Amino acid sequence: MTALRDILSQGAQMLLVLLLAPLLTGFVRKVKARLLRRRGPPLVQPYRDLVRLMRKDVVLADNASWLFRVIPYLMFAGTWVAASLVPTFGNGLLFSGTADLIAIIALLGSARFFQALAGMDVGTAFGGIGSSREVMIATLAEPAILITVFAVAMIAGSTQLSNVAEFMGSDAVGLRVSLGMAFVALTIVALAENARIPVDNPATHLELTMVHEAMVLEYSGRHLALIDLSSQLKLLLYVSLIACVFLPWGTATADASVATLAFGALLYFGKLAVLGFLLALFETSIAKMRVFRIPEFLGAALMLALLATLLRFVSGSL
Amino acid sequence: MISVALWSVALLLALAPVGIVLSSYPRGSAVLYGACLVVTAALCVTALLHLLDSAHPVLSATLPIGLPWLGAHFRLDALSAFFLVVINLGGAAASLFALGYGAHEESPGRVLPFYPAYLAGMNTVVLANDAFSFLVAWEFMSLTSWALVVSHHREAENIRAGYVYLLMASFGTLVLLLAFGLLASGAGYDFDAIRASHPSAALAGMVVILVLLGAGSKAGVVPLHAWLPLAHPAAPSHVSALMSGVMTKVAVYGFVRIVFDLLPEPEWWWSMVVLLVGGPTATLGVLYALMQRDIKRVLAYSTIENIGIIFTGLGLALAFKAQGLDWVAALAFTAAMLHVFNHALFKSLLFFGAGAVLEATGARDMEKLGGLIHRMPRTAFAMLVGCVAISALPPFNGFVSEWLTFQAILLSPQLPSWGLKLAIPAVGGLLALAAAFAAACFVKLYGISFLGRPRTDVAASAHETDRFSLAAMFALAALCLVAGILPGLFIDALAPVSKAMVGNVMPHQTGLEWLTIVPIAESRSSYNGLLVFLFVALCGTAAASAIHRLASDRLRRAPAWDCGYPDPDPTIQYSASSFSQPIRRVFGSVIFAAREIGEMPPPSSPLPARLKVELHDLIWDALYAPIATIIGFATERINTLQFLTIRRYLTLVFGALIVLLLVVAL
Repeated sequence: MTALRDILSQGAQMLLVLLLAPLLTGFVRKVKARLLRRRGPPLVQPYRDLVRLMRKDVVLADNASWLFRVIPYLMFAGTWVAASLVPTFGNGLLFSGTADLIAIIALLGSARFFQALAGMDVGTAFGGIGSSREVMIATLAEPAILITVFAVAMIAGSTQLSNVAEFMGSDAVGLRVSLGMAFVALTIVALAENARIPVDNPATHLELTMVHEAMVLEYSGRHLALIDLSSQLKLLLYVSLIACVFLPWGTATADASVATLAFGALLYFGKLAVLGFLLALFETSIAKMRVFRIPEFLGAALMLALLATLLRFVSGSL
Repeated sequence: MISVALWSVALLLALAPVGIVLSSYPRGSAVLYGACLVVTAALCVTALLHLLDSAHPVLSATLPIGLPWLGAHFRLDALSAFFLVVINLGGAAASLFALGYGAHEESPGRVLPFYPAYLAGMNTVVLANDAFSFLVAWEFMSLTSWALVVSHHREAENIRAGYVYLLMASFGTLVLLLAFGLLASGAGYDFDAIRASHPSAALAGMVVILVLLGAGSKAGVVPLHAWLPLAHPAAPSHVSALMSGVMTKVAVYGFVRIVFDLLPEPEWWWSMVVLLVGGPTATLGVLYALMQRDIKRVLAYSTIENIGIIFTGLGLALAFKAQGLDWVAALAFTAAMLHVFNHALFKSLLFFGAGAVLEATGARDMEKLGGLIHRMPRTAFAMLVGCVAISALPPFNGFVSEWLTFQAILLSPQLPSWGLKLAIPAVGGLLALAAAFAAACFVKLYGISFLGRPRTDVAASAHETDRFSLAAMFALAALCLVAGILPGLFIDALAPVSKAMVGNVMPHQTGLEWLTIVPIAESRSSYNGLLVFLFVALCGTAAASAIHRLASDRLRRAPAWDCGYPDPDPTIQYSASSFSQPIRRVFGSVIFAAREIGEMPPPSSPLPARLKVELHDLIWDALYAPIATIIGFATERINTLQFLTIRRYLTLVFGALIVLLLVVAL
């Protein structure tokens, strides 16, 4: 009975993140449009785009290799698995032991590795520029998030996300300086990883500073749909991660009743809405940076994370 | 068991003179490499059986060779058995690869005799149980590998590489000799006697520093790495694989044997020294790798990075062992040993791939390659596995050992020492940086040479390599995956090594639910490569079949889009230097004093505009160049002594005698 419940709960979360991811992106776009006093596309527009792209033919560049065709599926699978290992409305997922926080980050790293390769496969100048800048950003963002994970894991005494969330929800945490620093660092990294303003602009095409869009320029049809869906899943993953580590209230525990689960789910939607709104607000109030300003922005995240870790080493209560 | 090992070494030694004879026959190299394959495979299996033997016997043997009153002592324990597995697995793979690759050798007489001797040398180092045999085997390994480095002696670059290598190898042996001299002062040369003796703390500390210099120079720790990226690429590719994948591990063995086994309980500052060497080695090594254009040189620099990761693991193990936290020491030590094994696998694989590319195109410079995934699909697939594995990405093996190292770092707040409290987070940050750089570096290596469009005619007309080379590459690629998804098996196999060196073992892994690995406790951390692999594979295929069935599976080929500006010229693609330009600008301006100089000719001049990039190896400039200048200056002065008359020589000899007599008298 419990095994069945666990499998159902895990399956429900996998489906939930998949279905929710385009909605979150649509919501952020809608809020951004409203803040700019535009009407904006309807909330369901990302779903429509995905369906439209899936139905279209793939137009493949003449010299694209087999790797170019496999990569969208690899990226999608990697990101989906990573996203479904982050607790959303309930802790104690059946497969939460499969990968801890470090492994989830590394899974996203695998997806990025392949995406950068895809940018170089056709042999165009735009693909190269995208990949080259993406790995430059990654060389700063990845250490920053790893060290943030170190800081959080040392406070919680675990890298297992379910346990971290449980610890953060308990009274043992208290108010800590290091957690505040880790929160800022994680937010900066999340902006960079999801190609948001000020690091990259998700809405543009044909701009010399673009990174993510340049890498996927040669993709079309179902391949492009999968890549778009992966980016949406990644955004949801980071928002859920911030929610589960820094806003852990109301997350249902492993043996919760259906009512608490439902309450947890409601709260989770609320957290997503709040964080999505904040993201839109931030994006509309700041300008995009030049590419070579990004290292300074991400370097700040790296330093904050390192400082948070050092504080933890210096004193157990900071 | 130990007699099998010693007989195998003797066989390999005997194969060396046979190699001279065989080198004049057309099928000779195949015969020799076949024989090496059989011997190393047998030795690998023997050592593996010894390692897995649940009684963990320690076998020893004494041969009446070597120093007359001492004899040559040999010993086979868990540590030597593990390193024998690594050496001979690498040796067998290299021999299999060379069955095909070796046929293209232009002057086999310069390679065949030294190859088995080199293998024998490495095996003897890990079997030796007294300082004399150890040093003789160590020097034999260095000299035979030097002979292999200069086997393509017509290229001036290789001669220089050989010269620098010889100097550094002599330095390393000299320092090790001093270390053993200190150790032997109270006990003698026999390792068993050294183990039983109790050197003072100061003496033991000096030995640690000397061993770090001696073994570290062989392994390539920064700043003693300068020879490595010159020498490893210069050798034939299967030898490069052995040097990078295996010989650096023999150096790690030397360090572990002396510091963890022969010396008494460690002190905390030893670990500080090792960590402060290991962390920067990892980050700097891979940053250097990112700046290179030559495939084999990228791989050689990346070896330095991995050695840094291994030494960081060993440093952590020392730190925890010094504080009596031997259960964490076991975790860090196992992580380091697992990385030794993993790096031997993927670095050999990558060097084989580089060799196949070199053989197919004649080019090592990435900017002459491109699009090889179409011309060499199988090599490209194996290389892809190697690149993902070395970038520490799940579900392959490189990730597991780095993950374990991170887990050990996360336990370090338990250490009482303040120095370590501040150093370990910094080292953790350096490792995280190194991991991210490694991914960037291998995106570049793979993307520039295997993807895109061919940049030259040789790349466009490349052909797939032979089946022996492919077999070697695919065997290693398969092992990379197996070690990545079933790491528990490998961790358990390392238990006797960890037990013998740090006095404790990691919790038993096989038999846990779903084959998850749990380094400390389930509530703390766990990872399951098998499930990650299965989930990703399942989700990917499910998505593919669902989309193909329900939505669309049509596909058209068309010219590349490239934002509306496609250009048929392949030079329009990103090159190796342009790919690393952003990273060079962000990190290189300090570390390499990198500068970009644009030369714009005056208007109406027909000269082309040029963009030059200047990179400096600051370590070479600051450390090696002054030493070379001093030595050059001194030799210039002493050179006059060569042209003296006989009377003056006699006076010199007489003077020297007087001085010596005075010294003796005083």
